[in-house]
Amino acid sequence: MLSLRAVAAPVRRQCFTTAPRAVATLSFQNQRYYSQNKVAGFTGTKDASGRFPVSIIEGDGIGPEISQAVKDIFEAAKAPVSWEPVDVTPTLVDGKTTIPSATIDSIQKNKVALKGPLATPVGKGHVSLNLTLRRTFNLFANLRPCKSIAGYKTPYDNVDTVLIRENTEGEYSGIEHVVVDGVVQSIKLITREASERVLRFAFQHAQEINRKKVRVVHKATIMKMSDGLFLKTAREVAKDFPDIEFDAELLDNTCLKMVTDPLPYNDKVLVMPNLYGDILSDMCAGLIGGLGLTPSGNIGDECSIFEAVHGSAPDIAGKGLANPTALLLSSMMMLRHMGLTEYADRIEKATFDTLAEGKSLTGDLGGKAKTHEYAAAIISKL
Amino acid sequence: MLSRNSARAAQRLAQAATRQQPHLQNATRSFATVNSDTFKPTKFGGKYTVTLIPGDGIGAEVAESVKTIFKADSVPIDWEQVDVSGVDSGAPGSAEEMFRESVASLKRNKLGVKGILHTPIDRSGHQSFNVAMRQELDIYASISLIKNIPGYETRHKNVDLCIIRENTEGEYSGLEHQSVPGVVESLKIITRAKSERIAKFAFSFALANNRKKVTCIHKANIMKLADGLFRNTVQKIAAEYPTIEVNDMIVDNASMQCVSKPQQFDVLVMPNLYGGILSNIGAALVGGPGIVPGCNMGRDVAVFEPGCRHVGLDIKGKDQANPTALILSATMMLRHLGLDDHATRIAKAVYAVIAEGKSRTRDMGGESSTHEFTRAILDKMETV
Repeated sequence: MLSLRAVAAPVRRQCFTTAPRAVATLSFQNQRYYSQNKVAGFTGTKDASGRFPVSIIEGDGIGPEISQAVKDIFEAAKAPVSWEPVDVTPTLVDGKTTIPSATIDSIQKNKVALKGPLATPVGKGHVSLNLTLRRTFNLFANLRPCKSIAGYKTPYDNVDTVLIRENTEGEYSGIEHVVVDGVVQSIKLITREASERVLRFAFQHAQEINRKKVRVVHKATIMKMSDGLFLKTAREVAKDFPDIEFDAELLDNTCLKMVTDPLPYNDKVLVMPNLYGDILSDMCAGLIGGLGLTPSGNIGDECSIFEAVHGSAPDIAGKGLANPTALLLSSMMMLRHMGLTEYADRIEKATFDTLAEGKSLTGDLGGKAKTHEYAAAIISKL
Repeated sequence: MLSRNSARAAQRLAQAATRQQPHLQNATRSFATVNSDTFKPTKFGGKYTVTLIPGDGIGAEVAESVKTIFKADSVPIDWEQVDVSGVDSGAPGSAEEMFRESVASLKRNKLGVKGILHTPIDRSGHQSFNVAMRQELDIYASISLIKNIPGYETRHKNVDLCIIRENTEGEYSGLEHQSVPGVVESLKIITRAKSERIAKFAFSFALANNRKKVTCIHKANIMKLADGLFRNTVQKIAAEYPTIEVNDMIVDNASMQCVSKPQQFDVLVMPNLYGGILSNIGAALVGGPGIVPGCNMGRDVAVFEPGCRHVGLDIKGKDQANPTALILSATMMLRHLGLDDHATRIAKAVYAVIAEGKSRTRDMGGESSTHEFTRAILDKMETV
């Protein structure tokens, strides 16, 4: 029991330090207050040349190739973005995985970063880099839209789901211990503070993308207290957003209905605790053809990191065979987050047109084009 | 105590499985437990007594269908029906009393056919009766058989997988507490003993049913200790079954693979919560919870219930429910008892009716009511 407290303590402390902000938002039950002070709004500024600097983590394996494709397309679209390459090679400091301080400074200054796939170093003591980044910048929400790509046929058509996952606690709290040999306890941690933050983000995001419904996915029949708290917080937050319809659905039903027919989810934003979000977001990616076609954004209070969630594919690295679509879609999400919507729309149209046309597809989509040929096809459509 | 008992039970299962092996070639699908001495249901006057718990929602209607069909086929079974309900009836304590009665009945008969019981969400509501029943009777293994029904087209073809789920611990431990207001901890428990026994069950099942591969589903990259223990235990047990291929997959990837390439899976074994998720995804692949049979095996008791657990409160009493899942689950019980003739006749009739396509319930895209569908099966049974 003692050890459990000791491990849990830092997490709780973290909750307390961030708690006052939550209290402040709760005490102002005023709609306008939130729309003016968005959760996780973009606060970056332009540099001397009139461009927004963006930190770019090119990543391992195919990372440099697909990053280059994105850079070329941005250049051609004249997006007002300047890239600032940063390195995230981890080091162990006091037994904790740490990324270089120059990188942290860069991302904190720019408020936004684009990230290619990273290979987590195998070896004792390394936490996954994704987790390290999430913790370093307190990226509390993971935004995972999935939209069917015309031109790539799967058993499901016209999928258009938006899923938001709580990213900092839940089953991924990392608090585990062996009670006696052969008996392990793993703690799922749910706090009102973190739940409220992600829920508020979900409602605001629904407003931004013009969806009228927010649905919480939970398992409060079994986990009455933890998921119950998430659900209860959701009901309270929903009161601040009277224009958005709110409901809740049991995890089992969501899995069943989404795989049976995903179309009813096209007008909703789904929000859920960590593990369910992890599983369901990948499942949605499966509906439209895999992680190579889905963007992802990690949203934090100050900084946000947009990334490709697929692997680094070391087997095809450097051969020009990689598909940059996931990173490209993530970069469009980034542009929208930065308020550069028109550039995002232009690039998106060019990309979807190229995919629908099907002439210059990469190998994973059944085409023969090289990475740069695919990028060139998109550029020609801009 | 627990671990010793469970180890013994698992051993018995394993022995039963190896004993069965020679007969495999001509065996229809049966369970690892058939012919074993694990269960000895009592037989009086040539008949078995089986506990019937219709459950909430569509339970009463589909249970009625099973009873009618069994009666028409003169199956030597006497039902002992217990109408326990998870829906709050207003009378305090009555639900708990019925629940205890159902547990006692199952303990006595060692065999049950069960629908799903409703679980309220609010905290003041009772704990899930479904979970409590499994924990109380130590019904540790849940099996869902996900397979395309011939003639009933869905988005995915040639799906034939089997989900084996640990039923008594993991996220469903029910251990939760509020450390300070607004901070809740929920405990997930994984033990080596229970992981071992479910792993042994899965491998014995694969062996007995002529399946080739067992995939362990986990999230050990994040829950390094808990799911790590589960995965390592499964791998250790796998060494005792050299003829069966074994691999493991992270649960999010498995969900993605399941909706894109479900044909790659054979037998899957996993902790409690992931089983809930994947059995729902799986059911959706082949046409919904109405057609997925399942069973729950314990040390002493076997309960046969639909493999994808949905109460169906929304269509309760509308005569729209699809009884296929419960009928097929009940035929699994008949095979478990060695009443293969009855089981084959009933299952054949169900499949024939669905394949013909003239009589199908709404969830299968038809117009028939539960009664009409049952009638069609009865008619078909006379000819097959």
